[in-house]
Amino acid sequence: MAYQGMLADTVKFRARNGDTGDAYYAWPTGQGKFPGVVLIHHMPGWDEWITEATRKLAHHGFATISPHLYFREGPGSPDDVGARVRAAGGVADDQVVGDADGAAAYLPAQPHANGKVGVIGYCSGGRHAFLIACKSSAFNACVDCWGGNVIVDDPKALNVKRPVAPIDLADKLNVPLLGIFGNDDENPNKDQVNRTEAVLKKLGKDYAFHRYDGAGHAFFNTSRVAFRAEQAADGWAKVFAFFHKHLGNTA
Amino acid sequence: MCSYIVEKARLVGTAKGPNSRWMRVDTANVYYDHPYEAQLDHALCVDFICEADGGRERVAIEISRESALELMERIKAALASGDATHTKAAAWTGSQADVAALF
Repeated sequence: MAYQGMLADTVKFRARNGDTGDAYYAWPTGQGKFPGVVLIHHMPGWDEWITEATRKLAHHGFATISPHLYFREGPGSPDDVGARVRAAGGVADDQVVGDADGAAAYLPAQPHANGKVGVIGYCSGGRHAFLIACKSSAFNACVDCWGGNVIVDDPKALNVKRPVAPIDLADKLNVPLLGIFGNDDENPNKDQVNRTEAVLKKLGKDYAFHRYDGAGHAFFNTSRVAFRAEQAADGWAKVFAFFHKHLGNTA
Repeated sequence: MCSYIVEKARLVGTAKGPNSRWMRVDTANVYYDHPYEAQLDHALCVDFICEADGGRERVAIEISRESALELMERIKAALASGDATHTKAAAWTGSQADVAALF
Protein backbone atom coordinates (compact mmCIF):
# COMPACT_ATOMS: atom_id res chain seq x y z
CA MET A 1 0.00 0.00 0.00
CA ALA A 2 1.32 3.41 -0.91
CA TYR A 3 0.89 6.46 1.29
CA GLN A 4 0.89 9.56 -0.88
CA GLY A 5 0.16 11.68 2.12
CA MET A 6 3.11 12.19 4.39
CA LEU A 7 4.80 14.76 6.56
CA ALA A 8 8.53 15.36 6.69
CA ASP A 9 10.68 17.63 8.76
CA THR A 10 14.08 18.09 10.31
CA VAL A 11 13.91 17.03 13.94
CA LYS A 12 16.25 16.79 16.88
CA PHE A 13 17.23 13.39 18.20
CA ARG A 14 19.18 12.35 21.26
CA ALA A 15 22.41 10.86 20.04
CA ARG A 16 25.25 9.02 21.75
CA ASN A 17 26.47 10.47 25.04
CA GLY A 18 23.40 12.66 25.25
CA ASP A 19 24.46 14.81 22.30
CA THR A 20 21.66 16.41 20.30
CA GLY A 21 21.77 16.02 16.55
CA ASP A 22 19.66 16.74 13.51
CA ALA A 23 17.68 14.03 11.78
CA TYR A 24 15.33 13.96 8.81
CA TYR A 25 12.02 12.35 9.67
CA ALA A 26 9.27 11.41 7.23
CA TRP A 27 6.12 9.58 8.22
CA PRO A 28 2.97 8.52 6.42
CA THR A 29 -0.23 10.25 7.37
CA GLY A 30 -3.52 8.46 7.64
CA GLN A 31 -5.07 5.84 9.87
CA GLY A 32 -3.19 3.12 11.63
CA LYS A 33 0.12 2.51 13.28
CA PHE A 34 3.28 2.42 11.24
CA PRO A 35 6.54 0.55 11.64
CA GLY A 36 9.70 2.59 12.00
CA VAL A 37 12.96 2.55 10.10
CA VAL A 38 16.30 4.15 10.90
CA LEU A 39 18.03 5.06 7.65
CA ILE A 40 21.82 5.27 7.83
CA HIS A 41 23.22 7.64 5.24
CA HIS A 42 26.01 6.87 2.82
CA MET A 43 29.57 8.06 3.10
CA PRO A 44 29.10 11.31 1.12
CA GLY A 45 26.84 12.39 3.91
CA TRP A 46 23.34 13.52 4.78
CA ASP A 47 22.52 14.73 1.29
CA GLU A 48 19.48 15.28 -0.90
CA TRP A 49 19.20 11.68 -2.05
CA ILE A 50 19.15 10.49 1.55
CA THR A 51 16.10 12.68 2.18
CA GLU A 52 14.51 11.26 -0.98
CA ALA A 53 15.14 7.69 0.21
CA THR A 54 13.65 8.60 3.59
CA ARG A 55 10.49 9.88 1.92
CA LYS A 56 10.33 6.82 -0.32
CA LEU A 57 10.20 4.56 2.71
CA ALA A 58 7.48 6.79 4.21
CA HIS A 59 5.55 6.51 0.95
CA HIS A 60 5.58 2.76 1.44
CA GLY A 61 4.33 2.90 4.99
CA PHE A 62 7.40 3.30 7.18
CA ALA A 63 7.93 6.16 9.62
CA THR A 64 11.58 6.75 8.76
CA ILE A 65 14.25 8.75 10.51
CA SER A 66 17.66 9.47 9.02
CA PRO A 67 20.09 10.78 11.64
CA HIS A 68 22.81 13.14 10.47
CA LEU A 69 25.78 11.08 11.59
CA TYR A 70 28.20 13.92 10.84
CA PHE A 71 26.35 16.57 12.86
CA ARG A 72 29.23 16.95 15.28
CA GLU A 73 31.34 18.39 12.43
CA GLY A 74 28.69 20.95 11.53
CA PRO A 75 27.32 23.40 10.81
CA GLY A 76 27.74 23.66 7.08
CA SER A 77 26.55 22.18 3.83
CA PRO A 78 26.46 18.36 3.79
CA ASP A 79 29.35 18.16 1.32
CA ASP A 80 31.61 20.41 3.36
CA VAL A 81 30.74 18.61 6.58
CA GLY A 82 31.37 15.28 4.85
CA ALA A 83 34.78 16.50 3.70
CA ARG A 84 35.71 17.34 7.28
CA VAL A 85 34.65 13.90 8.45
CA ARG A 86 36.68 12.22 5.73
CA ALA A 87 39.74 14.30 6.59
CA ALA A 88 39.33 13.21 10.20
CA GLY A 89 39.29 9.55 9.19
CA GLY A 90 35.55 9.01 9.34
CA VAL A 91 33.21 8.47 12.26
CA ALA A 92 33.85 5.89 14.95
CA ASP A 93 31.83 2.69 14.84
CA ASP A 94 30.72 2.92 18.47
CA GLN A 95 29.55 6.48 17.89
CA VAL A 96 27.44 5.39 14.91
CA VAL A 97 25.88 2.52 16.87
CA GLY A 98 25.06 4.91 19.72
CA ASP A 99 23.57 7.45 17.35
CA ALA A 100 21.49 4.75 15.64
CA ASP A 101 20.17 3.64 19.03
CA GLY A 102 19.23 7.24 19.74
CA ALA A 103 17.41 7.56 16.43
CA ALA A 104 15.63 4.25 17.06
CA ALA A 105 14.44 5.50 20.43
CA TYR A 106 12.82 8.48 18.73
CA LEU A 107 10.45 6.28 16.73
CA PRO A 108 8.34 4.33 19.27
CA ALA A 109 7.74 7.61 21.09
CA GLN A 110 5.70 8.90 18.16
CA PRO A 111 1.91 8.51 18.37
CA HIS A 112 1.71 6.80 14.97
CA ALA A 113 4.35 4.15 15.73
CA ASN A 114 3.63 0.42 15.93
CA GLY A 115 6.73 -0.17 18.06
CA LYS A 116 8.79 -2.17 15.55
CA VAL A 117 11.99 -0.65 14.15
CA GLY A 118 14.24 -1.69 11.28
CA VAL A 119 17.55 -0.31 10.11
CA ILE A 120 18.72 0.22 6.54
CA GLY A 121 21.98 1.67 5.29
CA TYR A 122 23.64 2.42 2.00
CA CYS A 123 27.34 2.31 1.07
CA SER A 124 29.30 2.88 4.31
CA GLY A 125 25.85 3.00 5.90
CA GLY A 126 25.28 -0.58 4.75
CA ARG A 127 28.34 -1.61 6.71
CA HIS A 128 27.05 0.44 9.64
CA ALA A 129 23.64 -1.26 9.40
CA PHE A 130 25.28 -4.70 9.53
CA LEU A 131 27.34 -3.57 12.51
CA ILE A 132 24.31 -2.08 14.28
CA ALA A 133 22.39 -5.32 13.79
CA CYS A 134 25.24 -7.15 15.55
CA LYS A 135 25.78 -4.70 18.41
CA SER A 136 22.38 -3.19 19.19
CA SER A 137 19.21 -4.69 20.59
CA ALA A 138 17.00 -1.82 19.42
CA PHE A 139 16.05 -3.27 16.03
CA ASN A 140 13.84 -5.96 14.57
CA ALA A 141 15.26 -6.24 11.04
CA CYS A 142 18.25 -5.02 9.03
CA VAL A 143 18.93 -4.17 5.37
CA ASP A 144 22.51 -3.82 4.16
CA CYS A 145 22.67 -2.11 0.76
CA TRP A 146 26.13 -2.69 -0.73
CA GLY A 147 28.00 -2.06 2.49
CA GLY A 148 31.72 -2.20 1.81
CA ASN A 149 34.36 -3.38 4.27
CA VAL A 150 32.07 -5.78 6.11
CA ILE A 151 34.89 -8.16 5.32
CA VAL A 152 38.28 -6.55 5.84
CA ASP A 153 41.03 -8.22 3.83
CA ASP A 154 43.74 -5.74 4.75
CA PRO A 155 44.29 -5.54 8.54
CA LYS A 156 45.68 -2.05 8.03
CA ALA A 157 42.12 -0.94 7.34
CA LEU A 158 41.30 -1.56 11.00
CA ASN A 159 42.02 1.31 13.35
CA VAL A 160 40.86 2.98 16.53
CA LYS A 161 37.63 4.18 14.93
CA ARG A 162 36.93 0.89 13.15
CA PRO A 163 38.64 -1.70 15.35
CA VAL A 164 36.73 -4.80 14.27
CA ALA A 165 35.60 -6.11 10.91
CA PRO A 166 31.79 -6.44 11.09
CA ILE A 167 31.97 -9.98 9.76
CA ASP A 168 33.81 -10.95 12.94
CA LEU A 169 30.71 -9.93 14.90
CA ALA A 170 28.32 -11.91 12.71
CA ASP A 171 27.68 -14.48 15.44
CA LYS A 172 25.99 -11.67 17.36
CA LEU A 173 23.64 -10.76 14.50
CA ASN A 174 20.28 -10.88 16.24
CA VAL A 175 17.75 -9.88 13.57
CA PRO A 176 16.84 -11.01 10.04
CA LEU A 177 19.18 -9.52 7.44
CA LEU A 178 18.50 -8.56 3.84
CA GLY A 179 21.49 -7.85 1.59
CA ILE A 180 21.28 -5.97 -1.72
CA PHE A 181 24.37 -5.97 -3.94
CA GLY A 182 25.50 -5.09 -7.46
CA ASN A 183 27.67 -7.66 -9.14
CA ASP A 184 29.85 -4.95 -10.70
CA ASP A 185 30.62 -3.37 -7.33
CA GLU A 186 34.27 -3.17 -6.29
CA ASN A 187 33.56 -2.80 -2.57
CA PRO A 188 32.00 -5.14 -1.73
CA ASN A 189 33.02 -7.24 -4.70
CA LYS A 190 31.33 -10.52 -5.62
CA ASP A 191 33.88 -12.59 -3.74
CA GLN A 192 33.42 -10.59 -0.56
CA VAL A 193 29.63 -10.87 -0.80
CA ASN A 194 29.96 -14.63 -1.28
CA ARG A 195 32.27 -14.92 1.72
CA THR A 196 29.91 -12.85 3.86
CA GLU A 197 27.03 -15.11 2.87
CA ALA A 198 29.10 -18.21 3.64
CA VAL A 199 29.72 -16.98 7.18
CA LEU A 200 26.04 -16.21 7.75
CA LYS A 201 25.04 -19.59 6.38
CA LYS A 202 27.54 -21.40 8.57
CA LEU A 203 26.23 -19.53 11.62
CA GLY A 204 22.65 -20.41 10.73
CA LYS A 205 21.54 -16.78 10.53
CA ASP A 206 18.24 -15.60 9.05
CA TYR A 207 19.35 -13.79 5.92
CA ALA A 208 18.57 -13.29 2.22
CA PHE A 209 21.05 -11.87 -0.29
CA HIS A 210 20.06 -10.49 -3.69
CA ARG A 211 22.68 -9.82 -6.34
CA TYR A 212 22.08 -7.78 -9.48
CA ASP A 213 23.86 -8.08 -12.81
CA GLY A 214 24.53 -4.86 -14.68
CA ALA A 215 24.67 -2.87 -11.44
CA GLY A 216 27.53 -1.64 -9.32
CA HIS A 217 27.73 0.48 -6.22
CA ALA A 218 24.86 2.77 -5.25
CA PHE A 219 22.51 1.66 -8.01
CA PHE A 220 19.41 2.90 -6.13
CA ASN A 221 20.73 6.46 -6.22
CA THR A 222 18.77 8.38 -8.83
CA SER A 223 21.15 11.33 -8.63
CA ARG A 224 24.20 9.34 -9.70
CA VAL A 225 25.40 7.77 -12.93
CA ALA A 226 25.39 4.49 -11.03
CA PHE A 227 21.57 4.44 -11.01
CA ARG A 228 20.04 1.35 -12.63
CA ALA A 229 16.29 1.74 -12.91
CA GLU A 230 15.27 -1.88 -13.42
CA GLN A 231 17.53 -3.31 -10.74
CA ALA A 232 16.67 -0.53 -8.31
CA ALA A 233 12.93 -1.09 -8.73
CA ASP A 234 13.32 -4.77 -7.95
CA GLY A 235 15.66 -4.07 -5.05
CA TRP A 236 13.34 -1.51 -3.47
CA ALA A 237 10.43 -3.96 -3.78
CA LYS A 238 12.45 -6.55 -1.90
CA VAL A 239 13.29 -4.01 0.81
CA PHE A 240 9.64 -3.06 1.31
CA ALA A 241 8.47 -6.68 1.40
CA PHE A 242 11.20 -7.62 3.87
CA PHE A 243 10.43 -4.77 6.23
CA HIS A 244 6.68 -5.36 6.04
CA LYS A 245 7.22 -9.03 6.84
CA HIS A 246 9.35 -8.35 9.89
CA LEU A 247 8.06 -4.97 11.08
CA GLY A 248 4.37 -5.25 10.27
CA ASN A 249 1.74 -3.13 8.57
CA THR A 250 0.47 -4.05 5.11
CA ALA A 251 2.65 -4.68 2.10
CA MET B 1 35.54 2.50 -2.69
CA CYS B 2 33.72 3.85 0.37
CA SER B 3 36.98 4.30 2.18
CA TYR B 4 38.23 7.04 4.41
CA ILE B 5 41.67 6.90 2.83
CA VAL B 6 43.07 10.39 2.35
CA GLU B 7 46.49 11.39 1.10
CA LYS B 8 47.68 14.66 2.60
CA ALA B 9 49.97 17.05 0.73
CA ARG B 10 51.53 19.98 2.55
CA LEU B 11 51.25 23.21 0.56
CA VAL B 12 52.22 26.84 0.60
CA GLY B 13 49.82 29.08 -1.27
CA THR B 14 46.33 30.43 -1.66
CA ALA B 15 43.06 29.26 -3.21
CA LYS B 16 39.82 30.87 -4.27
CA GLY B 17 36.39 29.71 -5.38
CA PRO B 18 33.66 31.59 -7.25
CA ASN B 19 32.30 34.64 -5.43
CA SER B 20 34.65 34.07 -2.53
CA ARG B 21 37.73 35.62 -1.06
CA TRP B 22 41.21 34.23 -1.34
CA MET B 23 42.11 31.87 1.48
CA ARG B 24 45.47 30.65 2.66
CA VAL B 25 45.97 26.90 2.07
CA ASP B 26 48.50 24.64 3.74
CA THR B 27 47.05 21.20 3.00
CA ALA B 28 45.51 19.27 0.13
CA ASN B 29 43.41 16.26 1.11
CA VAL B 30 43.52 13.97 -1.90
CA TYR B 31 41.34 10.89 -2.39
CA TYR B 32 39.96 8.70 -5.14
CA ASP B 33 36.44 7.70 -4.21
CA HIS B 34 32.80 8.42 -4.89
CA PRO B 35 32.42 12.14 -5.57
CA TYR B 36 29.71 14.27 -4.02
CA GLU B 37 28.72 16.30 -7.08
CA ALA B 38 30.52 15.16 -10.26
CA GLN B 39 28.59 12.66 -12.33
CA LEU B 40 31.33 10.05 -12.11
CA ASP B 41 31.35 6.68 -10.40
CA HIS B 42 34.73 7.49 -8.89
CA ALA B 43 36.62 10.75 -8.97
CA LEU B 44 39.97 12.12 -7.95
CA CYS B 45 38.99 14.64 -5.33
CA VAL B 46 41.10 17.36 -3.76
CA ASP B 47 40.06 19.53 -0.85
CA PHE B 48 42.36 22.51 -0.44
CA ILE B 49 42.17 23.62 3.18
CA CYS B 50 44.17 25.53 5.78
CA GLU B 51 44.65 23.40 8.86
CA ALA B 52 46.45 26.26 10.58
CA ASP B 53 43.22 28.26 10.35
CA GLY B 54 41.06 25.37 11.57
CA GLY B 55 40.56 23.55 8.30
CA ARG B 56 36.80 24.12 8.16
CA GLU B 57 36.68 25.93 4.81
CA ARG B 58 37.79 24.40 1.55
CA VAL B 59 38.17 24.84 -2.16
CA ALA B 60 37.30 21.52 -3.76
CA ILE B 61 37.61 19.75 -7.08
CA GLU B 62 36.25 16.40 -8.25
CA ILE B 63 37.68 15.24 -11.58
CA SER B 64 37.86 12.02 -13.55
CA ARG B 65 40.84 9.70 -13.28
CA GLU B 66 41.87 10.63 -16.83
CA SER B 67 41.59 14.31 -16.00
CA ALA B 68 43.77 13.84 -12.96
CA LEU B 69 46.49 12.13 -14.97
CA GLU B 70 46.32 14.85 -17.63
CA LEU B 71 46.50 17.53 -14.94
CA MET B 72 49.56 15.89 -13.38
CA GLU B 73 51.33 15.92 -16.76
CA ARG B 74 50.40 19.55 -17.43
CA ILE B 75 51.65 20.57 -13.97
CA LYS B 76 54.97 18.87 -14.66
CA ALA B 77 55.18 20.50 -18.09
CA ALA B 78 54.32 23.92 -16.70
CA LEU B 79 56.94 23.63 -13.99
CA ALA B 80 59.57 22.45 -16.47
CA SER B 81 58.96 25.25 -18.95
CA GLY B 82 58.68 27.78 -16.17
CA ASP B 83 61.93 26.67 -14.58
CA ALA B 84 63.72 26.88 -17.94
CA THR B 85 62.38 30.35 -18.64
CA HIS B 86 63.08 31.67 -15.17
CA THR B 87 66.62 30.32 -15.34
CA LYS B 88 67.16 32.23 -18.57
CA ALA B 89 65.57 35.31 -17.09
CA ALA B 90 67.79 35.15 -14.03
CA ALA B 91 70.91 35.00 -16.21
CA TRP B 92 69.79 37.73 -18.61
CA THR B 93 71.73 40.95 -18.71
CA GLY B 94 69.62 42.76 -21.27
CA SER B 95 67.01 45.44 -20.80
CA GLN B 96 63.75 45.08 -18.89
CA ALA B 97 61.90 44.96 -22.22
CA ASP B 98 64.08 42.10 -23.41
CA VAL B 99 63.30 40.11 -20.27
CA ALA B 100 59.59 40.77 -20.64
CA ALA B 101 59.74 39.43 -24.18
CA LEU B 102 60.70 36.02 -22.81
CA PHE B 103 57.22 35.51 -21.36
